[in-house]
Amino acid sequence: MKKTSKYSPGHWSEPVYGLLREHQIRQVAMVPDAGHAQLISLCEADKTMSVVRLTSEEQGVSLLAGAWLGGEKGILLMQSSGVGNCINMLSLSTSCQLPLLILVTMRGDHAEFNPSQVPMGNATEAVLAAMGVIVRRADTPEDVVAEVSGALSMAYHTSRPMAVLIGQKVTGAKDFHKLSQGDFE
Amino acid sequence: MKKALHRREVVNNLLGDRGDLLVVAGLGAPAWDITAAGDHPLSFPLWGAMGGAGMIGLGLAMAQPQRNVLVITGDGEMLMGLGSLAVIAAHKPPNLFIVVLDNEHYGETGMQKTVTAMGVDLAGMAKSAGFTQSLLVKSKAEVGSLKDEIHKKGRARTGPLFAQVKVDSEKLAVVLPPREGAYLKNRFRIALLGHAVALA
Repeated sequence: MKKTSKYSPGHWSEPVYGLLREHQIRQVAMVPDAGHAQLISLCEADKTMSVVRLTSEEQGVSLLAGAWLGGEKGILLMQSSGVGNCINMLSLSTSCQLPLLILVTMRGDHAEFNPSQVPMGNATEAVLAAMGVIVRRADTPEDVVAEVSGALSMAYHTSRPMAVLIGQKVTGAKDFHKLSQGDFE
Repeated sequence: MKKALHRREVVNNLLGDRGDLLVVAGLGAPAWDITAAGDHPLSFPLWGAMGGAGMIGLGLAMAQPQRNVLVITGDGEMLMGLGSLAVIAAHKPPNLFIVVLDNEHYGETGMQKTVTAMGVDLAGMAKSAGFTQSLLVKSKAEVGSLKDEIHKKGRARTGPLFAQVKVDSEKLAVVLPPREGAYLKNRFRIALLGHAVALA
């Protein structure tokens, strides 16, 4: 079995990491998703950033509220299934007009294999919008970079929660048939 | 049996001569308690976000490592955010102090029992998670020691500290803090970071 490479040059995570540096993001809160693995590796290697390992996604909403009270910016990384865990906590962001950017890698999206991922994946955008989060969607690597760039500026300049949804066309659907044959590449 | 501690006396004690302490209060009675002790721009009382008080404290403590951060919350609020005990313990902020006023009841909804009334050991959970210190506080003398810990400076600080303070479940008059979230945020940030942040 080959060791999975955590980072490949030219991946969207490289320019997105550059944007996080440019915007002085200090706290990177996450429940990991495979789609974020490369970005997480870049942030973990950066001494100016603290990667905070959450046990449930809504903790990131409150963590970054505290960070902003203390003058630090952050970003929250999660899979679309984690959006459901955040619903009530997002009232903190809207009622206190707190800046927040959530980078959501989609499951239950293009070419999904796992039936259990579909209900929350299909509801992700509606749920975020219902809670007052402004949602942008990216279905190409170029769009990911452009949308993260715009959302970082807008969330922090206008003090509101935003989310960028990274579609499964970008991250690729998980191939469970390959996994069942022991192919982890 | 010894009389249980009175929650407002505990909070008045902890917040007396508070110095440059940053304070977050969980929704409900803890928010009324810190307001009864005197509303303050460096207090952030919550009106919702149940289960989030400890994590707000962590984000703030990481952003302000020189300042001490005190989270005062209730047993119901803490029980909703038990996972945050693991996150806080794992990241070990030395300047974060979490005080749970444990009256073993949901005070805002009709005084129904919480699971701490059925034996759940919050201080034990925090200790197992890996908090540097985890205390069960039942006497005024222990509240005094807790206050000393919260006000230690620099390298003398031994957070993250968790304290489960057993208090009586008497229903007290509500003392309302400001309730507009953006106001609470802005006054806190301006008091902590200076007026320039309002222009940034």
